[in-house]
Amino acid sequence: MSGRPSDIVTEAPAAQVYAVKPPDFTGLLPKLNVREGDAVKAGTSIFYDKKMPLVQYASPVSGVVKEIVRGAKRRILAVVIEADNKNSNVDFGVLEVEKSDRETLISRILEGGMFPFFKQRPFDVVANPEDKPRSIHVSGFDSSPLAANTSIALENRLSSFQTGIKVLAAISGEGGVHLGIKAGETYLKGVTHCSVSEFDGPHPSGNVGVQINHIAPINKGEVVWTIGLQDVANLGSLFLTGNYTPSRVVACGGSECKKPQHVKTIIGASVKSIVEIPSNSQNGEDVRIISGSPLTGDKITQDGFLGAYHSAIALLPEGNQPKFLLTEGWLGLGLKRFSLSHSFLTWLMPKSKEWILDTNMGGEERAFVVTGQYEKVFPMDIYPVHLVKSIIVNDIDSMEKLGIYEVAPEDFALCEYGCTSKIGVQQIVREGLDNLRNELG
Amino acid sequence: MKALHKLINSVKPHFEEGGKLSKFWVVFDSLETFTFTPGHVTLQGSHIRDGIDLKRTMFFVIVALIPALLFGTWNLGDQYYSSLGQDADLMAKMLIGSAKVIPLILVSYGVGLGIEFIFAAKRGHGINEGFLVSGMLIPLIMPVDVPLWMVAVAVAFAVIIGKEVFGGTGMNIVNVALTSRAFLFFAYPKQMSGEIWIHDVAANKGANLLVDGHTGATALGHLANTVGKVADTPAVQHIMGMFADGGMFSLHNCIIGTIPGSIGETSAIAILIGAVILVATGIGSFRIMASFLAGGFVMGLLFNLMDMNAFMSLYPLHQLVLGGFMFGMVFMATDPVTAASTNTGKLIYGFLGGLFSIMIRVFNPAYPEGVMMAILFMNVMAPLIDHYVLQSNINRRQKRIQNI
Repeated sequence: MSGRPSDIVTEAPAAQVYAVKPPDFTGLLPKLNVREGDAVKAGTSIFYDKKMPLVQYASPVSGVVKEIVRGAKRRILAVVIEADNKNSNVDFGVLEVEKSDRETLISRILEGGMFPFFKQRPFDVVANPEDKPRSIHVSGFDSSPLAANTSIALENRLSSFQTGIKVLAAISGEGGVHLGIKAGETYLKGVTHCSVSEFDGPHPSGNVGVQINHIAPINKGEVVWTIGLQDVANLGSLFLTGNYTPSRVVACGGSECKKPQHVKTIIGASVKSIVEIPSNSQNGEDVRIISGSPLTGDKITQDGFLGAYHSAIALLPEGNQPKFLLTEGWLGLGLKRFSLSHSFLTWLMPKSKEWILDTNMGGEERAFVVTGQYEKVFPMDIYPVHLVKSIIVNDIDSMEKLGIYEVAPEDFALCEYGCTSKIGVQQIVREGLDNLRNELG
Repeated sequence: MKALHKLINSVKPHFEEGGKLSKFWVVFDSLETFTFTPGHVTLQGSHIRDGIDLKRTMFFVIVALIPALLFGTWNLGDQYYSSLGQDADLMAKMLIGSAKVIPLILVSYGVGLGIEFIFAAKRGHGINEGFLVSGMLIPLIMPVDVPLWMVAVAVAFAVIIGKEVFGGTGMNIVNVALTSRAFLFFAYPKQMSGEIWIHDVAANKGANLLVDGHTGATALGHLANTVGKVADTPAVQHIMGMFADGGMFSLHNCIIGTIPGSIGETSAIAILIGAVILVATGIGSFRIMASFLAGGFVMGLLFNLMDMNAFMSLYPLHQLVLGGFMFGMVFMATDPVTAASTNTGKLIYGFLGGLFSIMIRVFNPAYPEGVMMAILFMNVMAPLIDHYVLQSNINRRQKRIQNI
């Protein structure tokens, strides 16, 4: 894709406002600990999960709670914090990983606000601190388009990362910790206390779900935790410094991005502070601002904030113009449009060419007709089409049998991208997982 | 282009909810999206989407059908003149051909799309493009002199009973085009066999204008006549002589396609050009085509080795280029809706389809078009094949639990 972030890292100017967004955390029912006007430090708990009261969600910076944004049915959409730039932290105290038992470590992670960054499979939701996971998996690289580069994302943070891995090893079950790295990449090769596997090939080889499926697929009844690459380093920092450190290197890219580069900032920072918003997106019509990858991220406005799990921001042109059938529409030769389908001549062009992709649907939704497409971009021992169909008809028995416990919506992102019938596969999988979770209590 | 877009937008209000012509919204919508891929943007999920859509997919199948269509049109004229022993130039042959083929296409599309429009309007969804292909396939698998009203009835039957009762495009169990052909085969057996494969052959026969050997029967029709007869009688030997080198149905002629038969099915070369287009664009399943071919070849080879009657003794490759085998393999068996949907399933589905095609045609002279029966049968069996393929995946998953 065009607008790949360069290897330059710049420090983002300290943002004025930050936000913690409950919708980022799937399955969360937030219960507030603060009110508008309260002063908070970095690491102060903002809210906790009604269903799992132990899991605290911390403020990324010190400042004042400016606004609690609510949506329909008074659902909390965001807690906005105005920074005071004093950088005062809640001090949790330094803890030596080797000398602590599992319980101490877990409770420190919980109070230190790092626990929400653990996700569990099945269901792809925030993990439950009372579970002991079979294993913990970390993907050492992001293979999605316009993603952050591992060695830049973890620049100068290897020791924190290593400490984080040690913590994971101490809290994981007998399956241990697995780190999947890109074949040929040496940056993370020396990391100990985990088993390192190399993965080769294009996206989705960096998806942790694919890596789990190849290392040790999840069985019914098993729980596996996953955690993001940079979050492991943040976890390590919590133990090394005693402070909640929500630091984040963000890859800013996309063809509408003026300066595609990596930016060092803090989770929840306002997008304005991270990347220059093109003037034609002020009304939100011509440029799509995406927090996260173009395949899985969230659409945000220019007043939006970086999502909790995201390490990329993409600015893409909105494809809101109709395309005439012969030039760029459905009958065009396809010289300009990148496609997984060989019916576009672009498949003959060099792989290194960078394409400008917009947000046009490229057609209308249709009945499911073409087969064999999903399987091509779904490198797991699962039949994606049949799993999706069983979710659509809400056949729980079939979903279980076909492997729903092993997947997350992001694993279906490429299926959705390439789908001829324009079916919203990720949404279907998300709903399926939610239904199943409710069903099983 | 801008002007066209303005024009479309200016008439749009009439078709929208509350407009004078809102009943025809579906028609308008399909025409609008036909000219312009709409400016819809993604709302959730992946922000970027591939440019491939169902329209483009279906269009490429039509492109792949063009060689067979053009050759079929020419061959129709060629067969006509050679049955009269006359010589004619390319234009004359194409003219005769077009005069027969174009009405067939018009009737097929007219009736089929008409029904699709009605159902789409009733159900309130967009027009699925599936019939663009079915509507082109149907004329190509019809005999030359089939009455147009029969085609209309067959198309109506295929679209309503074969597709819409199951819920429309994507839900049908058996191939729509084949359903229409099967309908004619069983509903009008008399009209669908014998002397209709060359234009006006019956009339010309009555007037004693025919050149020797041109009976208007297809190769498979002739071969079916040999079954149950002793191999060395003069009648059988006369028929088998037509399949030897230099005969009317020699391997050479069958590959080129200068033989009587359904309009699009005769030329192996034209069909293979289509196959290359489908495989190169990734739209047709290479798995199905290859395994179908292998299945047919294995069966043909087995028969050839058994050699129990004249039909069986035919060289296996010759078997494959006769009748609708090639056409069925490339354009019918690969229909993604009715074929097996798992990759392993496709291999099994194709192989058995090819196998049964040859088996049915040789064993049962009443059904010389074994391909049609075989593919319809495999269409019905496809979900079962998929079921077992999925079951093996499920078993693998359950075994994993037991091994812990």
